[in-house]
Amino acid sequence: MSDTNSPGQPGTGQPGEGSWPEYLTGAERHGATSSGPSGASAAEPSGHGGPRRVIGTPPPAAARTLLAPSGGAERGEVVRELPAEPDDPRKAKTVEKIVAACFVTAGLAGLAFLVFYGTIGVGSITNALHSNLALGCSMAVMFLLLGIGATLWVRHLMPTVELTEQRHPMASTPQERAAFKETFTEGAEASQFVKRPIIRRSLIAATVPLAVAPIFLLRDLGPLPGTSLDYTVWRKGLRLLVYGTGRPITSAEFNSPGSIISVGPEGYLNNDDAMAKAAVTLIKFRPGELVFGPPAKPGGPTVRNTVVPNWTVDNIVAYSKICTHLGCPAALYEQTTHRILCPCHQSTFDATEGARVIFGPATRPLPQLPIGVDSEGYLIALSDFNQPVGPSFWERS
Amino acid sequence: MSWITARRRHPAAGFIVVAFVLVLIGTAYAVITSGAASASSPATVNSAQIAEGRNLFVEDCATCHGQYAEGVANQAPSLIGVGAAAVDFQVSTGRMPAAALGAENERKPPRLNPAQTRALAAYIQSLGGGPPIPSAAQVSTAGANLGLGQSLFEANCAACHNFVGAGGALTNGKFAPALVPSTPTQIYEAMLTGPEAMPVFNDLTVTPQEKRDIIAYVTEVRAEPNPGGFSLGRVGPVTEGLVAFLGLLFFMVLAALWITAKHGKAHE
Repeated sequence: MSDTNSPGQPGTGQPGEGSWPEYLTGAERHGATSSGPSGASAAEPSGHGGPRRVIGTPPPAAARTLLAPSGGAERGEVVRELPAEPDDPRKAKTVEKIVAACFVTAGLAGLAFLVFYGTIGVGSITNALHSNLALGCSMAVMFLLLGIGATLWVRHLMPTVELTEQRHPMASTPQERAAFKETFTEGAEASQFVKRPIIRRSLIAATVPLAVAPIFLLRDLGPLPGTSLDYTVWRKGLRLLVYGTGRPITSAEFNSPGSIISVGPEGYLNNDDAMAKAAVTLIKFRPGELVFGPPAKPGGPTVRNTVVPNWTVDNIVAYSKICTHLGCPAALYEQTTHRILCPCHQSTFDATEGARVIFGPATRPLPQLPIGVDSEGYLIALSDFNQPVGPSFWERS
Repeated sequence: MSWITARRRHPAAGFIVVAFVLVLIGTAYAVITSGAASASSPATVNSAQIAEGRNLFVEDCATCHGQYAEGVANQAPSLIGVGAAAVDFQVSTGRMPAAALGAENERKPPRLNPAQTRALAAYIQSLGGGPPIPSAAQVSTAGANLGLGQSLFEANCAACHNFVGAGGALTNGKFAPALVPSTPTQIYEAMLTGPEAMPVFNDLTVTPQEKRDIIAYVTEVRAEPNPGGFSLGRVGPVTEGLVAFLGLLFFMVLAALWITAKHGKAHE
């Protein structure tokens, strides 16, 4: 805020230009100080009446100054008096009433908060809704009116005087320091801390475990994940169960081209920790839509951007649902364009080409889960994924 | 008239006029767009119905889909074997006949009435079979398992359609539509036939009972109360955060201006 009354700029001396030249104190007019921004205005008439105290200002001590007159004057400071009363008493009276009304209403809103808290309760969802609304509104009204009242008070009743407080060396005087040293030594001697080493040493020994405590806090950040990020719970023979119903599924049931369904490993559907890595999207394609690469051993190396033919069943392909960018569920699927989308950062994968990345920040295709059929015709996993699923991590090979 | 003349230069007059016009436009829009969705129910199929359907097809569909619904390359797919359910979905939601070839056909008031829609569906059904229009009992949500419906919806539908069916964006201008105006029959047909980019969920993978559970969930969440008073489209924390951020920022700037504003020079 640029302000013509800034203490850095000597007062302009024009009457009415700023407010504080009118508030010059007797101290200045008596010549206690000669320097400072107020010098030019020293002759301005004060124009104020008796020493009536303004609410919120320091008490009318000796000369109604902000700084102690003795110390301040001695150190050659500017010592100013705060105005005794606002400019327009009638307006001030009005503002006083408004502020008081704000505060009283704020108090009533606070009471209403207590009443609402006691009467509405959170027994049901509807009650919780009403309770949230009532508590929030009453508290908002309370704080808002407190703020408005305080602001009105500051703006219309308190004086707008720029005050400068001078800084001084903070060190104590040599005498004070000597006295402190003497007291400290006396205390140490009197407490027998020096004389009785067994107490001293046992106390120090007692605090050693405290110093070690941070190590335990650090320990709780671990343990390191080890190889847990490299594997999922998928293994040979686990059936693919439809997420939600928990039903196994056959390739004959999942036979409509353009179909998609979320599946998880048998026995782990309700295990969120396992599903966080093992969630799989099953997609059925029309014959000829898939771009096949060379066959691969379950869990073995594959050719990027192609579908491993012997890991599919009847044009059904299983991809990890965990986006290779940051691990969101990449579960949006357009059956017309065969695109798998991740909702978080718009990574887009082409499902016909081994989930090749065609757009977005992901850098690797979604891993393909090797699937087959068991003796009863249900779809099963042939092994775990041949690579870690999900986002990159430090130790990922 | 003199009353208005006397007040037309009032400081608030401009605001009042703007507010009045806004309310007028909003009301008119609401009235125009509130075309009631038609609920179609399957009726007995007869040859007369098929003949009527054939006439409607030649009139409204053959330009793009070919004289005998065989499809036109790079323009419109063959309709042989898509089934009555697909026809009923596309026509009752107004997506077909399409207004223009675009990224996606949007929902609009249907062009054909329910009886005409059933006739057209019967004709397409007669060409090559396909899933029929579900009956009212098939889409009834009485006694549905809402919890299972929610699980299935969240695992298979929510990624595109949002967790309360508010819809969302796809690629190249396509989008998953909001499910708010969809009737239970239309939701069932959409799952069964996979319109446009939507995948198919056939009756063997997601059984009819499970489809009813999903429909029950979709229709149930529409009636959920809004904890904050406004739904903001229910598209999630991004909108809510944005509204809260912009709204609060505005008021905080105003408050900061007021608090730090200079005094009036009352003593002058």
